[in-house]
Amino acid sequence: MEAVLQGVQGFMYPNEVELQWSLLIVLYPYITGLVAGAFILASLERVFNVQAVKPTYRLALLTALAFLIVAPLPLQLHLGHPERSLEMYLTPHTVSAMAMFGFVYLWYLMVVLVLEIWLDYRKDIVLMWREARGWRRLLYGAFALWSDNISEEALRVDDRVGKFLTVIGIPSAFLLHGYVGFIFGSVKANPWWSTPLMPIVFLFSAMVSGIALVMLVYMAAAWARDRTIDMDCVDTIARYLMYAFIIDFSLEMLDLIHRIYEADESFKTLDFMVRTRLYTSQVLLQIVFGTVLPIALLAVTQLVKLGRAARTRLYVASGLLTLIGIFAMRWNVVIGGQLFSKSFLGYTTYKLDFATREGLLPAAGLMVLPFAILWVLVKLLPPWRSDRARPA
Amino acid sequence: MATTRRDFLHHTGRLLVLTASAAGAWEALVAGRPETAETYRTAAHWWGMAIDIGKCIGCGNCVRACKEENDVPREPLYFRTWVERYHVAPDDLEHPIVDSPDGGYDGFPEKYKANDGSKNFFVPKLCSHCTASPCVQVCPVGATFDSPDGVVLVDKTYCLGCRYCVQACPYGCRFIDPRTRTVDKCSLCYHRITKGLTTACCETCPTGARQLGDLKNPTDPIHAFLRDHQVHVLKPQMATHPKVYYNGLDGSVR
Amino acid sequence: MSRFLKNKEHLGRMAGLFALGITAFFVARHLLVPPQFGLFGHYRPGALADNMASPVQYAGRVVCEDCHADVVEARKGGKHARIGCEACHGPLAAHAASPGDVVPKRPGGRESCLHCHLFNVARPKTFPQVRVPEHSDAGPCLACHKAHAPVISSLTQ
Repeated sequence: MEAVLQGVQGFMYPNEVELQWSLLIVLYPYITGLVAGAFILASLERVFNVQAVKPTYRLALLTALAFLIVAPLPLQLHLGHPERSLEMYLTPHTVSAMAMFGFVYLWYLMVVLVLEIWLDYRKDIVLMWREARGWRRLLYGAFALWSDNISEEALRVDDRVGKFLTVIGIPSAFLLHGYVGFIFGSVKANPWWSTPLMPIVFLFSAMVSGIALVMLVYMAAAWARDRTIDMDCVDTIARYLMYAFIIDFSLEMLDLIHRIYEADESFKTLDFMVRTRLYTSQVLLQIVFGTVLPIALLAVTQLVKLGRAARTRLYVASGLLTLIGIFAMRWNVVIGGQLFSKSFLGYTTYKLDFATREGLLPAAGLMVLPFAILWVLVKLLPPWRSDRARPA
Repeated sequence: MATTRRDFLHHTGRLLVLTASAAGAWEALVAGRPETAETYRTAAHWWGMAIDIGKCIGCGNCVRACKEENDVPREPLYFRTWVERYHVAPDDLEHPIVDSPDGGYDGFPEKYKANDGSKNFFVPKLCSHCTASPCVQVCPVGATFDSPDGVVLVDKTYCLGCRYCVQACPYGCRFIDPRTRTVDKCSLCYHRITKGLTTACCETCPTGARQLGDLKNPTDPIHAFLRDHQVHVLKPQMATHPKVYYNGLDGSVR
Repeated sequence: MSRFLKNKEHLGRMAGLFALGITAFFVARHLLVPPQFGLFGHYRPGALADNMASPVQYAGRVVCEDCHADVVEARKGGKHARIGCEACHGPLAAHAASPGDVVPKRPGGRESCLHCHLFNVARPKTFPQVRVPEHSDAGPCLACHKAHAPVISSLTQ
């Protein structure tokens, strides 16, 4: 505890010295952001008919689902009383953004994602059900809700409903992550968070991270299965990644320029914090290596004619840098918002432990878990054409 | 039409019962509760506090008394109330040097020289029991709330420990009790003021710098305090409408 | 109707599943929400009583004065007359409840006085403060001052 107090520079209100929201709360918007971004990429094909990205459609949906399942876990680990978390659904305080988010999450999980995946996969589920034996037969039967109908007409109905779901899914995805931004953006007590731009910045950075994730997962899966990467597909994804990134970067620069120009009472203290305690994570990791560099690399692939191998390497590099950069952005918002005192007279430090409930180890575990779930989902519901059961 | 005795008894009985219930309901309404009214009537009070900066001597009695009365963890990271010392250099109002060693629990060891042209004073801090508190607004489940008599309280059996309210408070008056893993903060000694006692901090303040005030009581000294002094609240720009009023709050106070 | 439902039966089953979920939610809500929640506002009304029920540690001066009328007399008109007893004597509700069993310690040494009266630049100039070496060197405060009526009358002539 002495260590925590010694990390204080200047004056902090005594209750402010210890940070309230830890690495787990950095993970949470990161994960929901990946979900929203992956879904937007999937909807590019379904709603906007961008045929090139079709190979990633199902993979993007499964990725979104895997990450959405994990999303509440960092929150549960963080809560003082996770056993009481049902209260958010039983007696939600409707003026609290956090309370209403529970319903946005549930809506998105059940109505948008699960339904859409179900409808798109239904034919394959039924086919696999017919061929399966043992526990798999039970499982696929349950997935199919024991309905055997995969006639042309039924599948057409599925397609129509699915398209409708994707259409409402897009604003739902915006709501899912915009809401997380609002949870921070609506806290007037904290000038680092309180801005109307926050939901929009969160949303676009979510799209960027989600698109990058699906691109990397697709390439990794192709490499693991020893298949050729559909370059048309990744070229298109990379292009959308670049567009989204440019918008995201512009929004963040707008926020920064606005702060510098207005220079309100919080400016000096925030500026000092960015130059010192947040320098590595904000200036270096987020802006230089996490935004400017990947945009530059992607721009190179657009402006210079490069071969397959070169392009692939650049995509992998920019994808990884993007994921790191967006993680840094979440870190800078959550942790950065708690490093300075609301008296504007001091700073504290964040002590990240290793094997405690909110330490590095469980956080790392929570980042690995969605990939494990994705692996299971891919095994149960193969996204690839050649792996699917032959029609009867 | 002749009234039978039966009719008379029937009508009178009904009248009596209705009047009695109406009287009971009225009492309960006035008391602010639908069940039986007790001696303390929430609707008759609207609590606040008056703090006179010119009288605070930074003895730390209030900090010690509060921790004792409310079983607050002793570590220097958790305070329901604390005292800050301000040292304002002669020509730098914007950059006061502020310290609060262990919240002022053991007083303030001397750090400054007398007669160097600086301004030095103490500022007791506590929950402002805002009328439009952002902490109540953001609580996702209703574990923190405004009582009918104007005190912002915590329901420790209901709190999830999500810490959103701690983030939302502009004054830094909330903390998470590591033992219960729920939020805790100044309750204006609700268990005392509803029994006619004053808060522990006001009880032990030797100079009367801190005074509990009942704004609904026309004879309460807080009305004279508000009328006769130049009164400030902390961070008025946040529009939280605090009910802790300071006399002599310097412009340098954060 | 059956023509409309043809080829949509699986959707009907999914809708049924959702309906089941929503019903389960409302049942859970009915069973688990604390009674009378929301009666006065968005909170459990029992929380008011919970907050009222904490134990009292400081009795308050009125209670002390009930028994210790002699001290009230001694303090009358003095500089310490308006200070609560427990400001120096600590929490005494337990003592007030059973005076024989809980005997409070008399505040002794200089610390109890210096807490307030040791010179500090941030204290109001009008407040009586001492710099110990100049004022009384090593002598105890109580050698000259009576705690309940601290002004030394012989000096005010």
